[in-house]
Amino acid sequence: MKKKVKDKIVFWSFLAPALLCFGIVVIIPFFMGVYYSMTDWTAIAGIKPNWVGLDNYVSMLGNRAFNYSFIRTFVFSLFSVLSINIIALSLAILVTREIKFKNFFRAGFFVPNLIGGLVLGYIWQFIFKSVVPSIGGVLGIKALEDIMILAEPNLALFGLIVAFSWQYAGYIMMIYVAALLNVPQELIEASEIDGANFWERFKNITIPMIAQAITITSFLTLVTSFKQYDIIVALTNGGPVDIFKGEIVNSTELLAVHIYNVAFKYNNMAEGQARAIVFFIVLTVVSMIQVNMNKKKEVEM
Amino acid sequence: MFTSKKTINIILTVLTFLIFLVTIFPFIVVIINSSKASLEIVMDPIALPKNWIQLFKNIAEIWSKPSIRYSSSVLSSVIITVGSLTLITIFSSMAAWVLVRTKSAASTIIFLLFLSGLIIPFQVVMFPLVAFFRMIGGVIGIPMLRTYHGMIIAYIGFGAPLSIFMFHGFIKSIPLELEEAATIDGCSKPQIFFKIIMPILKPIFVTVIILNGIWIWNDYLLPALVLGVGQQIQTIPLAIAAFAGSFVKKWDLIMTAVLMAAMPIIIAFLFAQKHIIKGMVAGSIK
Repeated sequence: MKKKVKDKIVFWSFLAPALLCFGIVVIIPFFMGVYYSMTDWTAIAGIKPNWVGLDNYVSMLGNRAFNYSFIRTFVFSLFSVLSINIIALSLAILVTREIKFKNFFRAGFFVPNLIGGLVLGYIWQFIFKSVVPSIGGVLGIKALEDIMILAEPNLALFGLIVAFSWQYAGYIMMIYVAALLNVPQELIEASEIDGANFWERFKNITIPMIAQAITITSFLTLVTSFKQYDIIVALTNGGPVDIFKGEIVNSTELLAVHIYNVAFKYNNMAEGQARAIVFFIVLTVVSMIQVNMNKKKEVEM
Repeated sequence: MFTSKKTINIILTVLTFLIFLVTIFPFIVVIINSSKASLEIVMDPIALPKNWIQLFKNIAEIWSKPSIRYSSSVLSSVIITVGSLTLITIFSSMAAWVLVRTKSAASTIIFLLFLSGLIIPFQVVMFPLVAFFRMIGGVIGIPMLRTYHGMIIAYIGFGAPLSIFMFHGFIKSIPLELEEAATIDGCSKPQIFFKIIMPILKPIFVTVIILNGIWIWNDYLLPALVLGVGQQIQTIPLAIAAFAGSFVKKWDLIMTAVLMAAMPIIIAFLFAQKHIIKGMVAGSIK
């Protein structure tokens, strides 16, 4: 009996610090957030929020800025997932072949991942604004000299994808490297003897063998691009403006930035919170669908 | 056949090297432009600097300029990163250990609760978090916003799920006999943890510190909300955002500030490359 009590004391006292912090910053705010999203919450101390039911969610559906941000986030995520995975897999294939200095190259490709999104955004802002035109000038390419990547809606989104791919591809490459090194050498050799060329080997052996890694990497890139905030704030800050169904919208104000702006810039805390909840639900559903789809394609070893 | 394979490998090495050059191009841009004066950048952002000494002038200017408060932001970043990492690793490993070793409904539910933290995006909790921190300050009288302890508590809370998950997986593989033998020798439970389990956890400590360290050092949005941009306590990303956002773009100083912010992590990477890559990849395959 005495030992049981003692064990209980140890259990709770070892758990308490982490659980308390986690409760204060995640669990309690999460439930507060669900409640606030159904009120006219203003975040001003002393004003009690009034219950409004699903009003904030209903008004969101017809909101053009939100719909637009949603579409742009999907476009951004789709192209980021594709570009990052294609680049990362190509790099991984290169650095697992018998080339010289492969460890040096692996480390080199990985380094951009250590740079924080905010810092990285400023670097790329400078590259797009000053460096690209001046390279155009040196090469005598007029189009490159005059291009204003961050001033045109679609080009700005493209710029974001470039900056994000630069940051993330080296990291995803490492996961592919680990997977490629696990592909049994005998399989490759057998296929070589059978006369398979590089493409056939890649399609019929490599891809099925690294399917599990592809599930992980596409999940990671999808979730990370969906949640992108720092790079956008530093690189475009949501701009430039665009017209969507007759309304002025910010062309790179993707969901994470949009949620922040609705709450703080346009002073609508409750609606910002409701959009955050929808963001969470969509993110969960999309990533579950994606993992399920990929899981079906994996082969058991 | 043999020679052709060799040629292919040489071609691939050259190709990889070219891609490598493209990858490090942004770093080259930062390095050459942080060694230029303002006018020099406007004239030509891709030429080599006229005088590399300018780099030290720029660093000195950023370091001492009262409007940027760079030196104090370095100190704050170090305090917050070191404080958070120390407490995250100790608290998470303690929690993970009792969660593994206790078989009860409470234990399972709490573990699942922590895991749910892995899928809740920051955006969902950030506004109520600020409100709740303000409430704690108002009701209990302990200020949480704009303080070091508030910031560190926030990092422990957000860092705990992944850290506990990683410790949990590792502790499961530690044989129970080890602890039973220690009990027979008269060790109390806390003694078992701090004297026997903790030393075994060393490799996971490294992984957890790397994963959380890079995140905390580079993080922008959470400190922006808890500490506030332009307030008393500033981390390096906050200082850079305040400075790069408010000025007419002084690219020479922004580039130097960026270089100074990236340096500590890149130097750490040069020393602990293998650990960092391994740790970060391990963190992904949760």
